[in-house]
Amino acid sequence: MFSEELQKISWHETTRAIYAKTAREVEDALSRAHAQLSVDDFMALISPAAEPYLEQMAQLGKQYTQMRFGKTISMYVPMYLSNSCTNSCVYCGFQHKNQVKRIILTDDEILAELKAIKRLAPFQNLLLVTGENPREAGVDYIERALRLAQPMFNNLSVEVMPLAAEQYRRLTEAGLYGVVCFQETYNRERYTTYHPAGMKSKFEWRVNGFDRMGQAGVHKIGMGVLIGLEEWRTDITMMAYHLRYLQRHYWQTRYSVNFPRMRPSENDSFQPNVLMSDREYVQTMLAMRLFDHDVDISVSTRENAEFRNNIIPLGVTSMSAGSKTDPGGYASYPQALEQFSVSDDRLPAEVEQAIRSAGYEVVWKDWDTALQQ
Amino acid sequence: MEKIKYPAEALTIADKTFTSRLFTGTGKFSSNALMQEAIAASGSELVTVALKRVDAHDRDDQMLNHILLPHVNLLPNTSGVRNAKEAVFAAQLAREALETNWIKLEIHPDPRYLLPDGEETLKATEELVRLGFVVLPYIQADPVLCKKLEEVGTAAVMPLGSPIGSNSGLQTREMLRIIIEQSKVPVVVDAGIGAPSHAAEAMEMGASAVLVNTAIAVSPNPVKMAEAFCLAVQAGRMAYEARLAKQSMGAHATSPLTSFLE
Repeated sequence: MFSEELQKISWHETTRAIYAKTAREVEDALSRAHAQLSVDDFMALISPAAEPYLEQMAQLGKQYTQMRFGKTISMYVPMYLSNSCTNSCVYCGFQHKNQVKRIILTDDEILAELKAIKRLAPFQNLLLVTGENPREAGVDYIERALRLAQPMFNNLSVEVMPLAAEQYRRLTEAGLYGVVCFQETYNRERYTTYHPAGMKSKFEWRVNGFDRMGQAGVHKIGMGVLIGLEEWRTDITMMAYHLRYLQRHYWQTRYSVNFPRMRPSENDSFQPNVLMSDREYVQTMLAMRLFDHDVDISVSTRENAEFRNNIIPLGVTSMSAGSKTDPGGYASYPQALEQFSVSDDRLPAEVEQAIRSAGYEVVWKDWDTALQQ
Repeated sequence: MEKIKYPAEALTIADKTFTSRLFTGTGKFSSNALMQEAIAASGSELVTVALKRVDAHDRDDQMLNHILLPHVNLLPNTSGVRNAKEAVFAAQLAREALETNWIKLEIHPDPRYLLPDGEETLKATEELVRLGFVVLPYIQADPVLCKKLEEVGTAAVMPLGSPIGSNSGLQTREMLRIIIEQSKVPVVVDAGIGAPSHAAEAMEMGASAVLVNTAIAVSPNPVKMAEAFCLAVQAGRMAYEARLAKQSMGAHATSPLTSFLE
């Protein structure tokens, strides 16, 4: 299990090593980037020492992305099934203590949402999202939602609480392709500061969830850290370690990485502890691409339209569009509270147009449920 | 076909005859329109398309509509499947929806380098042949596997030059040479061909055809690159038919070992 591997890696030592990286080490990493880089090389590429090399990284990153993915961007859409949650993540709008209207979509409402999404754009990649409430919206509920969605979408993923391997297996049999789960932060000491209660407070259960996905034969595993909690360079490096670990153990699985940024806001009570600038975001994305030519890099509508337009050639391979981050947001309850506020509120057709203008093809369908019978 | 300026021996695979020995793919292009133009420029008469990328049941599928040109035969592929069982299911779906019994069998359980699983490929080939398919399997450059595939009735073999999308050329050269030498079915070098010179080299060696995708799709000028491959494949084939002169490492003026016989 990865938790045992992680124990061997010191957070503080890793942080120190990243900040000690030199221009020479960055150049060495760049000269080796045609083959698989080590995590140590990755640390050089996300270090402050690599900042002057951003354009060079961009040229290489573009080249390797096109070799593997071509000039294409895959589109996906999230659909929130529920905002009912027993966790207390201090940064989340759905946290247990917040006085918000709790919704668990009924079958009819799910169907209405699915149809509304289909009216919005020819989406085939659907990400179903829930809060953590195993009693009222547990595996049975998720499985039912998958079965409702399957006739309309060719690629089904979920972003739900970590499950047991057996439960992932069961969902895969119901048509599930991918699982997205954010570790949020790999800083074990600080983890419970942000996740003080509920199942999510159990660091090991969450971080080992990825092993269980691999054991269950999930086709694609989506990983992520939330930028705004801990030193992001260290957190992303831990994710790089984790990615390599998973690739070695679960070699039949595809992987994607996400690193959404929290932004300071006037309304939210929680303010990010650390910020990542646009320039740093791009550096991270490129470092990840040079580290792994094949990993899917996903950028959601948390990022604004202009920024998303500009990063199209820089390593990103999948994007969401037209997203609603509240249950029922597409059809049933358009007024409910969002989990996080969307920065890019363009219609999917507008995003599609922008991608085409950048010289890239929009891919709606990249999987067929028939391939996993 | 006007793109074929220098007609060589036609290539026959199962029930079809091809003038062009360049097969192409459909992934990674920056637009469907550009893909269509590049396919036309390549002169290719056999174009592979991933089942996972198209809605096989949708007559208005954008990608399919851009591939269906008068002289182009469709070669659906099973990219994405991880074992023989999934491959057979996918092939049946392709046959039903796309109305062709040709299938490019791709079983790569490894999603990173997309390296083919020979064991599962052999199993699936046997089953698909039994079900009446014309099977073109993507495989490692493994001469023994090629003979086994022949025995179960494969229509051709498609050994890789190097990993898909790597543009690294014929890294498996020596194995390809053995495969070509021994094969009773057409040998199509698939994957890794990154430059027209790589394609020409494969053809000079006696490959029946080559399949090229990434090098064309990702080129800054896919149409021109498609044409370059078209010419390179013709040049390579002509050289093969004309027989290359033997390579010589140096002069052989004296015969120190055999001079006593004179």
